[in-house]
Amino acid sequence: MNAITPINNAANFLRRAEGLSAPGWAVALRAAGRDALAARGMPTRRAEAFKYTDLAPVLNAGFVAPTGSRNVPPMPAQRGRARLVFVDGVLRGDLSTLPPRPLSDMAAVLGALTTPDTQPITALNASFAEDGLVLEIPAGEDAGLVELLSIVTDGAIAFHPRHIIRLGAGAKLALLDTAQGADGIAYLHNPVFEVSLAEGATLAHVRVQAEGRAAFHLSSVHAAIGAGATYDNFTLNAGGRIARNEIHAALNGAQGACHMNGAQLGTDGQVVDTTTVLHHAAPDCASRQTYKTVLKGRARGVFQGKIFVAQVAQRTDGYQMNQALLLSEDAEMDSKPQLEIYADDVKCSHGATVGALDAEQLFYLRARGIPADEARAMLVEAFLTEAVDGVANEECRAALDEAVRSWWAREA
Amino acid sequence: MPAVAETIEAVQSVTEGGYKWGFSTDIEMEFAPKGLNEDIVRFISAKKNEPAWLLEWRLKAFAIWQKMETPVWAAVQHPPIDFQDAFYYAAPTNAQKPKSLDEVDPELLKTYAKLGIPLKEQAILAGVEGAGDTPAEGRMPIAVDAVFDSVSVATTFKDRLEKDGIIFCSISEAVHKHPELVREYLGSVVPQADNFYAALNSAVFTDGSFVYIPKGVRCPMELSTYFRINAKGPGLFERTLILADAGSHVSYLEGCTAPQRDENQLHAAVVELVALDDATIKYSTVQNWYPGDAEGKGGIYNFVTKRGACRGARSKISWTQVETGSAITWKYPSCILLGDDSVGEFYSVAITNNRQQADTGTKMFHIGRNTKSTIVSKGISAGRGQNTYRGLVRISPKAVGARNFTQCDSLLIGDQCGAHTVPYIENRCMSAKVEHEATTSRIAEDQLFYCRQRGLTEEEAVGLIVNGFCREVLKELPMEFAVEAQKLLAISLEGSVG
Amino acid sequence: MLKIEGLTAEIDGKTILNGIDLELPTGEVHAIMGPNGSGKSTLSYVLSGREGYEVTGGSVTFNGIDILAMEPEERAATGLFLAFQYPVELPGVGNANFLRTALNAQRRARGEPEVDAMQFLKLARAKMKALNMPEDMLKRGVNVGFSGGEKKRNDVLQMALLEPKLAILDETDSGLDIDALKIVADGVNALRGPAFSALVITHYQRLLNYIVPDRVHVLMGGRITRSGGPELAHELEAQGYGQAAA
Repeated sequence: MNAITPINNAANFLRRAEGLSAPGWAVALRAAGRDALAARGMPTRRAEAFKYTDLAPVLNAGFVAPTGSRNVPPMPAQRGRARLVFVDGVLRGDLSTLPPRPLSDMAAVLGALTTPDTQPITALNASFAEDGLVLEIPAGEDAGLVELLSIVTDGAIAFHPRHIIRLGAGAKLALLDTAQGADGIAYLHNPVFEVSLAEGATLAHVRVQAEGRAAFHLSSVHAAIGAGATYDNFTLNAGGRIARNEIHAALNGAQGACHMNGAQLGTDGQVVDTTTVLHHAAPDCASRQTYKTVLKGRARGVFQGKIFVAQVAQRTDGYQMNQALLLSEDAEMDSKPQLEIYADDVKCSHGATVGALDAEQLFYLRARGIPADEARAMLVEAFLTEAVDGVANEECRAALDEAVRSWWAREA
Repeated sequence: MPAVAETIEAVQSVTEGGYKWGFSTDIEMEFAPKGLNEDIVRFISAKKNEPAWLLEWRLKAFAIWQKMETPVWAAVQHPPIDFQDAFYYAAPTNAQKPKSLDEVDPELLKTYAKLGIPLKEQAILAGVEGAGDTPAEGRMPIAVDAVFDSVSVATTFKDRLEKDGIIFCSISEAVHKHPELVREYLGSVVPQADNFYAALNSAVFTDGSFVYIPKGVRCPMELSTYFRINAKGPGLFERTLILADAGSHVSYLEGCTAPQRDENQLHAAVVELVALDDATIKYSTVQNWYPGDAEGKGGIYNFVTKRGACRGARSKISWTQVETGSAITWKYPSCILLGDDSVGEFYSVAITNNRQQADTGTKMFHIGRNTKSTIVSKGISAGRGQNTYRGLVRISPKAVGARNFTQCDSLLIGDQCGAHTVPYIENRCMSAKVEHEATTSRIAEDQLFYCRQRGLTEEEAVGLIVNGFCREVLKELPMEFAVEAQKLLAISLEGSVG
Repeated sequence: MLKIEGLTAEIDGKTILNGIDLELPTGEVHAIMGPNGSGKSTLSYVLSGREGYEVTGGSVTFNGIDILAMEPEERAATGLFLAFQYPVELPGVGNANFLRTALNAQRRARGEPEVDAMQFLKLARAKMKALNMPEDMLKRGVNVGFSGGEKKRNDVLQMALLEPKLAILDETDSGLDIDALKIVADGVNALRGPAFSALVITHYQRLLNYIVPDRVHVLMGGRITRSGGPELAHELEAQGYGQAAA
């Protein structure tokens, strides 16, 4: 319940959105987003869902629309069979190996999974919705590994791609989604994913968020998981000044599975926030969540994870674990795991721990001759293992390990 | 544990049906006019012949309350409460002290009998002249302060406690006899502006218990308060203040009942505890307010603020609660762990059956070094009941070496109820360690079958399993309460299976 | 030569070691026996440099070098090895990775070349075979899910790989059956030689049947109260600490 604020705190965005001309497919979507922003603004910390993450720096920053630069930055080696590349917020057909497909193709289903009126990050995206990755995998097809890459090299741009990924019955896809950017530019990357999995489909969605240190990353995944389908999300949340990843997943058919794992790495002045809302809306589904947060310096880590079990969702098996490691006296971790259960034949549990590195373990390693820094790195890596081991795709795993290592090398 | 026999007995008493404590006592009452305004606050204060500072304190609370809004964040639903459509003062009229039990209003005696208070203590509670301060035979003495609607009617074992320098009396009496203590500590843990219901209570509280345990004294008996809402209409706004001076120890029990009525009644109490160096306060509650009928008609709205401050080093405050009654329970007994090495504990069983709603839990504020807290919460939902655990563990940067362990378990009986867990964990101290675990499950078919194969009815089996589920909490209760609590659990779940 | 002189130490302001004097010449194995609470574990932690154990006086030199000023890993690199009473579990840290990291860290500190993964595996397999350890223990997390005996064997494996100059066995016999005890003893005995010394800290004489010490010292109240030959251990066993130690 947001109190009506005399001045809409999203005014900067609203002004910019109103000046835009929209392509046909975007008219309704953008209008819905603008209406939501105009009516409610963006949430303050008084809103329960944003209790721990203050968006004011995002709202007060001035952003410009992508300028259409034709930079060709150095890019990480391609790991998948195809890759769609954004540079400075602009979809670059010339750098991509996956031919872009316009969102207008998806007009019929666009926005069907989201509710901008209650999901502010989604509303912000809707107000500016731009072409993103549009993928439809036909029934029964195994599409292998596809990559989505965003690199920002220049300018305080704000970009809001809308990605739509739809898997037909029994289809398979691994999607590696990497976001990078130069340090020192206060840009905003605000992607929204609409993921729809038909019966028996399997999507492994690995996200490597390694934006520049001054960037803002506000992303939201909306996944509708059909009967017997599996959505497997891993998110590394390591870059940006304020980085919030939301996942709204719904198990809509019997015997679906949802795995959400992640690692958050935060350092000086950073806020890293993972917020998951998992809706068990059908019987016999299983969900697993393991999130690990490592904080250094004056970092702030947030985990909010809600498991909602509807009355029809009998025989739900839900598990969630979130653990945080504080490596500095100035770090802060706030976590709010949450169960809301309306079915009786369920097995649901969550756990949360926050603490420092175990002094006994550290001593054990040092007593065997391993120097303190190396010992700490080993223990941090071990701490992340449980979450990272959930990533089965070798290419994705390699990309992830590399990102974690480079973070550690940079921050240690 | 002796659960088997107890549970069977309890389930047998279930067949007697209904809310066992749902009697109403027909006693002459004195009411303040309906509604709430400054005049009512002045009336209450005048009625109690209060000093000017307390009236001012109340008026300040009232002014704050008027500016506040009803909290909406709890997972409970109820129609808006019309605070003007209620009585804020009701007291039994007893002009003269009776000479013996025979002269005591038999209705009042019946009330105490139904409350399970032995005859000897009844005499004291009923204000019989010369009723001794010797304990009833064959029973551990428990000193009782009975609060009847708005007023403390009597306190037992006062003289005996005074020998140790212990003060146990109604808060009204304390205001007059120990104003320096009341003035210093009243509102020092739960300030007037703390929350909507605490502000309301601060403005209109009518009575409650006051306890002071002097330095180094271990209170020789359990102290107990029975709260009862009796008169039709009034809310109950009691205020309890317990001070444990350095090195002292006290165990305090609180029991609550209310008659069966169709309309909802409001209970908005405030309990403040203060523990100084090395002091221990154990506060146990068995809350059995009228829960409303199977369709959700009537029942008590229980909006309570309970908080303890561990001000001294190595002090300890332990809350244990068994919440089986009330239509709505909104209650978060909390600990402010200021003193180094201080300890906070919260053990809770909350049952919601039929249309009951409970949103309860605790807050542990770790401020001192090496402070420790333990939270064990057992929620049982049956019928159409909604049960929420809501808790906060906050570790400040100074709370070096702080530890928290939280275990929240929910049990669902039937597919129309809900069980929810909303913990908040805020850690700003590297060397602190916080662990939280929560599970939700139902009674397994094989457990039920095993019991039934051994000859228990399904209801008995459920009672047995539920008692087992709650064991960690029940074992924290003083003996006198544990047995009653076990029975209550089974009774509260009446009709939830089969 | 390990030389301890007038060593005093405290934990949280409480004095545990009250002035220990001890000389352990290179090539010898000494036992330290003492009742519970006499300071046995404290001594092993002080020698290996654990945080929280504050040295308030005295000195400890190993081959003439002051080790009290060194970090735990530096002490390890000089050849000091602590076999833990309760080896710590390290979930997520693979045993093979751990062993190789430790080995190479020590080699690096001593200016020796590191061993590569293949060399290491060969070495580890050979040592494991000798210790009768199943090979899958290399893949598992360090000590995770190991039985008490397996954890001790893992410690012995580490000792075999790291080839320390001085081993301190901190009640390593606690909770071990005879077979496991023999493995630990064999591990120590295999290293015995002119360049190796060991300090066997134990409550019971039992372990000393398998690792026969050159000298036995009695630790009581944070002090060495008596020293003697191997026969002293039997005397203690027969008469108890109260009688024999004085």
